[in-house]
Amino acid sequence: MNFITAAAETAVDLENISILNASIVAVLGYAVVFVGLIVLMAVVIALGKIFSAKKKTEEKAPAAPAAPVVAAPVAPVEAPAAPGTAGQLKLYDTPPKTAAMIMAIVADKLGKPLNELRFISIKEVK
Amino acid sequence: MINVGEVLLNLWNSSGFAYLFSGFAAGGWQNLAMIAIACVLLYLGIGKKFEPLLMCGIAFGCLLTNLPGAGLYHDELWQAFMNPDSPVYHSYGEILKNGGLLDIFYIGVKTSLYPCLIFMGVGAMTDFGPLLSNPKSLLLGAAAQLGVFAAFFGAVALNLISPDLGFTGPEAASIGIIGGADGPTAIFLTTKLAPHLLGAIAVAAYSYMALIPLIQPPIMNLLSTPEQRKIKMVQTRQVSKTEKIIFPILVTAFVALLLPDTAALIGCLMFGNLAKETGLTDRLSDTMQNALMNIVTILLSTAVGATMVGTNFLTVQTLSIVVLGVIAFGLSTAGGMLGGVIMCKLTKGKVNPLIGSAGVSAVPMAARVSNTVGQKNNPSNFLLMHAMGSNVAGVIGSAIAAGFLLSVFLPAVS
Repeated sequence: MNFITAAAETAVDLENISILNASIVAVLGYAVVFVGLIVLMAVVIALGKIFSAKKKTEEKAPAAPAAPVVAAPVAPVEAPAAPGTAGQLKLYDTPPKTAAMIMAIVADKLGKPLNELRFISIKEVK
Repeated sequence: MINVGEVLLNLWNSSGFAYLFSGFAAGGWQNLAMIAIACVLLYLGIGKKFEPLLMCGIAFGCLLTNLPGAGLYHDELWQAFMNPDSPVYHSYGEILKNGGLLDIFYIGVKTSLYPCLIFMGVGAMTDFGPLLSNPKSLLLGAAAQLGVFAAFFGAVALNLISPDLGFTGPEAASIGIIGGADGPTAIFLTTKLAPHLLGAIAVAAYSYMALIPLIQPPIMNLLSTPEQRKIKMVQTRQVSKTEKIIFPILVTAFVALLLPDTAALIGCLMFGNLAKETGLTDRLSDTMQNALMNIVTILLSTAVGATMVGTNFLTVQTLSIVVLGVIAFGLSTAGGMLGGVIMCKLTKGKVNPLIGSAGVSAVPMAARVSNTVGQKNNPSNFLLMHAMGSNVAGVIGSAIAAGFLLSVFLPAVS
């Protein structure tokens, strides 16, 4: 009840807010935005660490001598080399035509001839 | 026999032309001035391509509402709706009974339905991957809210010069949010705190968002050195799908608990994003991104334009809003840039400060500007994905800023 009364009293002042109160609200507001996003950042960093650790554990798991394998696991398929690259460029979910277009755009943006650039792999980000 | 002369006289008297000419001094000149302003806005939208999807609707709404006699929008009905002493206080039934087409459109603005639905579409179109891979960009999203609070303070400080130029607390908060560079958030906040300023604030917000490529680069160059602008940033880690699914749920819970007033905006933004990321609700995501977004844009823009009636718009306050709006935008850019410069120094040159300016919302225009300025200084520099991180952080930051201002000033107007 006291909170409600206090809020109502404050409401009257805020309609015709003084310069001092405005400066307090401005500084406080900026601080609240920072605090909110810093806490969110901490949560996102923690989330990222959990998932990175989980990923590392999953990567290490197949190397350990595990129980007898019942069925042979399917090995990750290495992407085939793009045609005409002597096995240098790997394409993941990217058609050769699209890859050629991407390489041409990159060369054009960099202002360098295509034969002076080396592309390792092109992967579609989904 | 029918009196043809009388019929023609009645036809003339009931026409808008009669009002414009006979009532010129009584208010007809305001209608003519607003029709001229609508034409200027149409030119900006179509001829200059200033946010054409929104600007065309706003301008056409403005044109329709200022045609005398058409009765598409009734400002007096909404004033009675807002007046606690009126018998039709908060009566949507009265609006539906006596309102025109644009009054009915405006109900969606008044109830905050349209800004929330727009945010849902924005969420469905946003990839939070760059933010998740580089969470520090959230700090840049926070730093770039400087303009919001500086413009708020400036709007109140105008009272020192002259009470005619100054604004009340709730009005100043609505003007400040222009610095968030986020149209739906600005409309959401203004509808609740200062609905009579909605037209001017929406026009200022969308105009300056369209002018970002002109407003930001000089400030970016002023606040950074050529060496800093050339910094190449390393590629960040890949984000898993599970992280992308958990993120919207987490943000909704956290922000809504911190600032319940902003739950509707953040909830819709994150629901849209969740629909995109699950991979199982493609139909919903597709509707949010396209059909729903387009329909709501039509309704929102024309309804906002409808509020631009001469008595509300042709004031000194509108001029002040235009000036304060550009100051808010500039200071937000400067805030983000200063955040970027500090981050650059703390990381010993690993962060290019140009990504800071993208901390103002305006997705993806601000991120594109960061990338373009970066490439002008170093053609092999690709900052787009890094800038997108701070850009989407700015969306969350401006929603938090709006939530704070609402929690402070809403009791003063309700």
